[in-house]
Amino acid sequence: MVDFQVDETVDITDVVCPITFVKAKVALEELDDGQVLLIHLNDGEPVQNVPRSIKEEGHQILKLTGNEDGTYDLVVRKAGG
Amino acid sequence: MAFTNEQLERYSRHIILQEVGAGGQKRLMDASVLIIGAGGLGAPAALYLAAAGVGRIGIADADAVDLSNLQRQVIHATADVGKPKVQSASESMLAINPEITVETHRMYVSASNILDLIAGYDFVIDGTDNFPAKFLINDACVLSGKAFSHAGIIRFQGQLMTYVPGEGPCYRCVFRDPPPPDAVPTCSQAGVIGAMGGVIGSLQAMEAVKYFIGQGELLTGALLTFNALTMEFRKVRLPRRADCQVCGAHPTILEPVDYALAACDLDGGG
Repeated sequence: MVDFQVDETVDITDVVCPITFVKAKVALEELDDGQVLLIHLNDGEPVQNVPRSIKEEGHQILKLTGNEDGTYDLVVRKAGG
Repeated sequence: MAFTNEQLERYSRHIILQEVGAGGQKRLMDASVLIIGAGGLGAPAALYLAAAGVGRIGIADADAVDLSNLQRQVIHATADVGKPKVQSASESMLAINPEITVETHRMYVSASNILDLIAGYDFVIDGTDNFPAKFLINDACVLSGKAFSHAGIIRFQGQLMTYVPGEGPCYRCVFRDPPPPDAVPTCSQAGVIGAMGGVIGSLQAMEAVKYFIGQGELLTGALLTFNALTMEFRKVRLPRRADCQVCGAHPTILEPVDYALAACDLDGGG
């Protein structure tokens, strides 16, 4: 189990791929290295693609939890911290 | 400033690039560029910089759109013939990207007005079609400590280089003085392949974008030439000239100078 405290939250359920990743990437860019972002995203394409793209950019996936309403919460630590 | 979802979508192909990202896109949106000449070079440069979201773009040109411009000046349409070029250009740019500000300067750029004109911008693009204007823009940018992109096109050939204060030669280091009027034909007399403006003007836009996002190498200290018949690009390294009249150790040009235009160019060409 990883200990973390969420510093910022972004909701990407209001956009579709590939803007989902773009919106998450912009939110990450605005954090300091090592800070933690909670990304609220939809089931389907977003949950399949966004975590992978974020990992490819070198950030650390801390947690992915499914909600009851077809959305997920993805917790990411920004690389470099 | 936070991006709207619409901006994220519009600029997504930029933001997704490691070298640009949100930071680079914001720098573009905060940037200003002056394009001198809304012709073969200025047309693609203006369209791409508008599309890229460069926040404020000035465009200077005294001419009206002529039917003979349309073979290469893709920012103007047939229905624009007779309209001031700056107005036609501004309409096309805002149609692509209504988020930006376009400032039109319908004027002949000369020694008496160029310093005031360029003072309001971060970067200058030389899209002119004659040597007096090219030397004038170079001298004014050197004297003002302003980065600019030089380019020229004729027939099947094009060239460009970028000047950044303190980082390499200026146009005058390389070419010293304008050729005598009428010694070298301009593209109105010699002709030019329309797509050449697209190639070289787009490269000028590329240099401006890289200047703002601070990525890669600029054409400072190098002249890039392109021959469309052989499809060869050549990058010629060029040093600064210590005795350059404008950027050398003991400059003799202390203010912008107007050189005489060749008589046949007086009605413009571009």
